[in-house]
Amino acid sequence: MNWETTLPIVFMGLMGLSMLLYVVLDGYDLGVGLLLHRATDDQKDTMIASIGPFWDANETWLVLGVGILLIAFPKAHGMVLGALYLPVALMLVGLILRGVAFDFRVKAQAVRKPLWNFAFFAGSGLAAAAQGWMLGRYITGLQEGWIFMVFAAAIALLLPAAYVLLGAGWLIMKTEGELQRHAVKWAKLAWVPVLIGMGLVSLATPVVSETVRGKWFSMPVFIALLPIPLLTLTALVGARAMLNSQRVLGKLCWLPFTLTVSVFVLGAIGLAYSLFPYVVMDRLTIWQAASATEALAVIAIGCAITVPTILGYTVFSYRVFWGKATALRYA
Amino acid sequence: MDALLLARMQFAANITFHILFPTISIALGWTLLFFRLRWLKTHDEAWLMAYRFWTKVFALTFALGVVSGITMSFQFGTNWPGYMERIGNIAGPLLGYEVLTAFFLEATFLGVMLFGHGRVSERAHLVATFLVAFGTTMSAFWILALNSWMHTPAGHGIRENGEFFVQSWAAVIFNPSFPYRLVHVLLASGLTVAFVLAGVSAWQLLKGKANASTPKALRTGLTVAAVLIPLQILAGDLHGLNTLQHQPQKVAAMEGIWETERGAPLLLFAVPDEATRSNHFEIGIPKLAALILKHDPEGEIRGLNEFKGAKGYEHPPVKPLFYGFRIMVGTGMLMLAFSWAGLWLYRRRAWVAQKLPRPLLWGLAGMSFSGWVATVSGWYVTEVGRQPFMVFGLLRVDELASAVPAPMIALTLALYVTLYLALLVAYVGVVKYMAEKPVEMHDAPKTEPVGSAA
Repeated sequence: MNWETTLPIVFMGLMGLSMLLYVVLDGYDLGVGLLLHRATDDQKDTMIASIGPFWDANETWLVLGVGILLIAFPKAHGMVLGALYLPVALMLVGLILRGVAFDFRVKAQAVRKPLWNFAFFAGSGLAAAAQGWMLGRYITGLQEGWIFMVFAAAIALLLPAAYVLLGAGWLIMKTEGELQRHAVKWAKLAWVPVLIGMGLVSLATPVVSETVRGKWFSMPVFIALLPIPLLTLTALVGARAMLNSQRVLGKLCWLPFTLTVSVFVLGAIGLAYSLFPYVVMDRLTIWQAASATEALAVIAIGCAITVPTILGYTVFSYRVFWGKATALRYA
Repeated sequence: MDALLLARMQFAANITFHILFPTISIALGWTLLFFRLRWLKTHDEAWLMAYRFWTKVFALTFALGVVSGITMSFQFGTNWPGYMERIGNIAGPLLGYEVLTAFFLEATFLGVMLFGHGRVSERAHLVATFLVAFGTTMSAFWILALNSWMHTPAGHGIRENGEFFVQSWAAVIFNPSFPYRLVHVLLASGLTVAFVLAGVSAWQLLKGKANASTPKALRTGLTVAAVLIPLQILAGDLHGLNTLQHQPQKVAAMEGIWETERGAPLLLFAVPDEATRSNHFEIGIPKLAALILKHDPEGEIRGLNEFKGAKGYEHPPVKPLFYGFRIMVGTGMLMLAFSWAGLWLYRRRAWVAQKLPRPLLWGLAGMSFSGWVATVSGWYVTEVGRQPFMVFGLLRVDELASAVPAPMIALTLALYVTLYLALLVAYVGVVKYMAEKPVEMHDAPKTEPVGSAA
């Protein structure tokens, strides 16, 4: 192993980590946004207060993820974002609407608040659906054909459901009383689509790609990999079982969220195993797509120092706002 | 229209919308730190009120900067696929360091700064406020390093396949135009915020909506403006001399000088015509351009006709530079007049804001967003002045065609422009609305760290 071989792997890992952090962190934000229209006006304020201090940093993981794709794998960036040009634009419009609505809804005239609340909801929905579409297209190797489009459309509907499950889990953890009980109900609604979505994604990749099929369904690897799908299923079923228990309203309020996060993490591990060493399935490996080793080394040094620091102060920020959400007031 | 032109228009629309907000948030972050420190020192609630009100403006501005910035991070790749292929080894790390050292810092501590009071100590809150301001400034540092490098490339080599690579990072980052550009841009941010502070305060006075913080914000704005504008004129002059040295055709277009001449006049007005290669309706002050640019009334300035490429004349389009430059300088002169007159009158009226003459207040209110006009026009001058190159003298824009079909770019361009115009109207409208509303002070925190207060 030399640097030329190792650095692209390091950046693939870093990009995967950024994207996973983005999906989990902005996932709960977007999920809360998607639930907004189901809540009363007071509940809306509490829901947004629970994500207010975090959303901006959460979104930055997307910038880092796409940034690494651009910087470390420029050829893949062109191929992926060229093929996904329109959904990317729609996602950006969604993120813009959602992001500005955070501020406008409380700063503009009171009569405009419903409009900005709607922009918050619609922006969250548009961004989540566009991301689902892109995920669907990406894991099928960006292949053209109606069957792939149908699949992408299905994921475009199911990823928002996964975000809703995360968002509802977040609200169970961060709120109390009626809103918390509503959140349990919302989580139950989202659970079935999430189960279907996980199943679809898990089945699609081996069907589409012979490479992936070979990687999962050959003995004895299959046995060795079995814990990944089994754990995923256990976490999902566990989360659903917890939702029936009164204890999620009290001491165990953190459990549904944590279990949902672990579903995302396991899914990401499975996907990473399927993809590696491709950055675009069966078309472009990370080494074919990578930038010059010197450029990667320069960024790697920066990442080695800054990423742990970023993680450190992110933890600090979450600790500052630990516990149940309270109304947001500027100090 | 071809895909390249559409991709350029889309990028220009995005980056123009984006730059409006960082221009405010960079200097406003430091202003908030100043307000907070004044309050801690004086225990005068008016300073806290100023902090509260301007924090709201900051949060709104920051959100708009973030969302338009995320769009930018995608468009570097989608609109200029060739850009990263050719200069990715230079642009990649600089952009990467911006994300790693600036974006996360400001985004994370913004949450603590906005909502963390009562949860962290006063000291930790101050540190958070500082880190937000510092983050915005770091962001400017990295992005301007890359932008300056595109104007005055240095510290690089070029491989046979046309790919650029780095020979010295110090030379890449501290390229010849970087120090001038960084100072010019940071001062522009300071001036933009100074006029927003003064303008919004003037509006509050005019509408009878002034509160205890208004006179303080007005005085801060006018003082900062009065101090920064002469510095900006000096920095702009030095930046111009630097440009003359590295990009003489840009300066020739800014000044409307076609033939190389000695003792060129400073044109106050003219209509440059690239077809006849001359100016119509010239009004100028003899020898002044030579004096400014060469510090010698008989100095020689190279004219546009000297710059020829393989296909005839090769220099940036003259009209946008000529007019853009005059809009920037004209706005700067108005800033000088209003800030000095305003500060002088304010002092003569013993710092009683209500006694200020209404025409001055109307003028200041009208100048609220003058910083945007000066910044954008000046920035167009420098970027259009780089044409037809992406990296000056080395890489042409038309070598980097977009891979996306034209209709798709046209569609998304229309989408973005509509959204941006709506958001710009909403932003200005909401700042005006907030200015006319009383600042909520019901829960003023104590100056001591929370916990010992109660």
